[in-house]
Amino acid sequence: MADITLVEAITQALAYEMRKDKDVVILGEDVGKDGGVFRATLGLLNEFGPERVRDTPLAESMIAGLAIGMAAQGLKPVAEFQFMGFIYPAYDQIVNHAARIRNRTRGRLSCPVVFRTPYGAGIHAPEHHSESTEAIFAHIPGLRVVVPSSPARAYGLLLASIRDPDPVIFLEPSRLYRWAKQEVPDDGKALPLDVCFTLRVGTDVTLVTWGAMVKETLAAADTLAKQGISAEVIDVATIKPLDIETILASVEKTGRCVIIHEAARSCGVGADISAQIAERGLMFLQAPVQRVTGYDTIVPYARLEKLYIPNEKQILAAVTNVMEFA
Amino acid sequence: MNVVAKFEIPYYQCLDESSILHGNLPDSVKDTKQLVKLYRLMVLLRIFDTKAIALQRTGKLGTYPSTRGQEAVFVGMGAALANDDVFVPYYRDVGTLIQRGVKLSDILLYWGGDERGNCYHKDSEDFPYSVPVGSQPLHGAGIATALKIRGEKRAVLVTCGDGASSQGDFYEALNVAGAWKLPIVFVVSNNQWAISVPRSAQSASQTIAQKAVAAGIEGEQVDGNDVIAVCDRVTLALKKAREKNEPVLLEILSYRQSDHTTADDASRYEPQGIREKEWLKEPIGRMRKYLEAAKLWDEEKEKALQAECSVDVEGVVKEYLNTPPQSPESMFDSLYAKLPDIYLEQREQLIQKEIVAHG
Ligand SMILES: Cc1ncc(C[n+]2csc(CCOP(=O)(O)OP(=O)(O)O)c2C)c(N)n1
Ligand SMILES: [Mg+2]
Repeated sequence: MADITLVEAITQALAYEMRKDKDVVILGEDVGKDGGVFRATLGLLNEFGPERVRDTPLAESMIAGLAIGMAAQGLKPVAEFQFMGFIYPAYDQIVNHAARIRNRTRGRLSCPVVFRTPYGAGIHAPEHHSESTEAIFAHIPGLRVVVPSSPARAYGLLLASIRDPDPVIFLEPSRLYRWAKQEVPDDGKALPLDVCFTLRVGTDVTLVTWGAMVKETLAAADTLAKQGISAEVIDVATIKPLDIETILASVEKTGRCVIIHEAARSCGVGADISAQIAERGLMFLQAPVQRVTGYDTIVPYARLEKLYIPNEKQILAAVTNVMEFA
Repeated sequence: MNVVAKFEIPYYQCLDESSILHGNLPDSVKDTKQLVKLYRLMVLLRIFDTKAIALQRTGKLGTYPSTRGQEAVFVGMGAALANDDVFVPYYRDVGTLIQRGVKLSDILLYWGGDERGNCYHKDSEDFPYSVPVGSQPLHGAGIATALKIRGEKRAVLVTCGDGASSQGDFYEALNVAGAWKLPIVFVVSNNQWAISVPRSAQSASQTIAQKAVAAGIEGEQVDGNDVIAVCDRVTLALKKAREKNEPVLLEILSYRQSDHTTADDASRYEPQGIREKEWLKEPIGRMRKYLEAAKLWDEEKEKALQAECSVDVEGVVKEYLNTPPQSPESMFDSLYAKLPDIYLEQREQLIQKEIVAHG
């Protein structure tokens, strides 16, 4: 079996589920013949036809609103937004309707939609193509926010998200789309939602991250190992609802925690994780929790974006801080 | 210069302001029983409306948007819908909902601040009221997409106000309905006001109906004080949608004979005298006069109907007021199909809070 990239794993999961479940329908801009701007839906139009792979008019609120209506009828729409920077026109539909329709009808109607979008910086794209604004979705009751960080997790988590009976915001780190290849058996096996994945077991410090920053964090853990520091790496994967128990158990073991995310620092998801550790795990801590994050500024254009994204050095410096805290 | 596009917007009326019927009764409203039924529903609606406002004034109901003056719009639409069509309403509607199997007590429950007012009956595919103005036409288009994908001969009816027609989502919905040939009918209930903003300030477009033209679908105006015309035009539009996948936009014209809601005071912005002038076109009196002339109605029947509706509404109010409250944890229990474990602690804290508060 050939190794595949993260974006190929997305395609593989979509095709698998569309073969298995005729209610799965894809809609979005250029998802048909073009296969989407990142080719995540490549070949699906040919296999499943234009009724199930739908090029929409160019309007994001419309994409979300349509998906909500389709889902209420029992379809399982997978809606693609070309970049996270363009999902905001759909925010109203997602927050005011997708997240609430089950609750406000006391379960009579529901919204099993997956809202997929590439996100994050680092691909030298034009402005508005590099946002990491997961926190504005993670804040919303009724939603799930899921972020894969490897081809295998992209496959398993996307299957789980499509099968989930509630709306899922599925954020695909575009920087990782073609970064690493991995063997991903097309066996239809979903991975669990709502749980963190411990990617590396360690005893000295807990590194908590998700999405594209998993790459730098794993690299930092390698470097730390050479320095004799054993880092545990947790990929949060489902940002909402947040599996704080796995993080707390790790912090109890290591006594130290560094949270790494690409999104801006203020009111980022790291703030909530840090607060929950303070509320429930303060006694485990041998040093204050540190955050390594994007800056509180607009993601810069391509020439400066590398400076914006947290790097391995920053992670190592934060780890040094928590290791040397006395 | 070549003219590359031209359009016309028809206006439909059957029963004029003087209750004179122009032409024959349309096929969809030919049955005299049907005519009387439409009238009775409008009367029930107005009695209910008056009661709902009284309940609000005495602290027994939350903010409520009156349907006074717009009875024909909603009653006519409701009568036009087939049972297995799907209805997507906005908040100012009672007359359609009661013809969709929704109990009047559920409508009070909703405005009384209880989500169970949206439960309807368990097999209903209809959407609950949409409060974010103009967002629901897209849901209608999505539902219509699903019906079309499955090849079902059903249609969607989605409604909104004149103010809502300024929203982007409204245009996006018309546009996709045209592009995808969806089985959907859009109704704009033009009551001339969006809270304090008059129709003229909403758009320079001569009609709202012509907004259909740019989406490549048909648009028409209907006299919304004429329940016969409303019922007929909506019936025909739904038929077109069902049988030919041709979407239609209907602008139904009436006048809001009330404040925007019980929280509003229209005397702050509504020019004096206009409401009285518009009242001359009011739908219930117009229909009654017609029915009386056709010997289908008389004073005695009217008295009996008024009494009957009052009793019914009293029963509805009693049912509403006697509805036991929801449990506190109900605010968590339909949030997800299964509440994620992580929120169980908050749910438990809420229950404890309730016990401390009331126990
Ligand atoms: C998106 C949005 N903006 C503002 C409001 C507040 N609001 C409620 S009703 C209303 C006026 C709507 O007018 P129209 O669409 O004509 O409907 P009507 O109430 O007259 O039936 C406004 C501004 C809202 N509910 N939703
Ligand atoms: Mg209005």
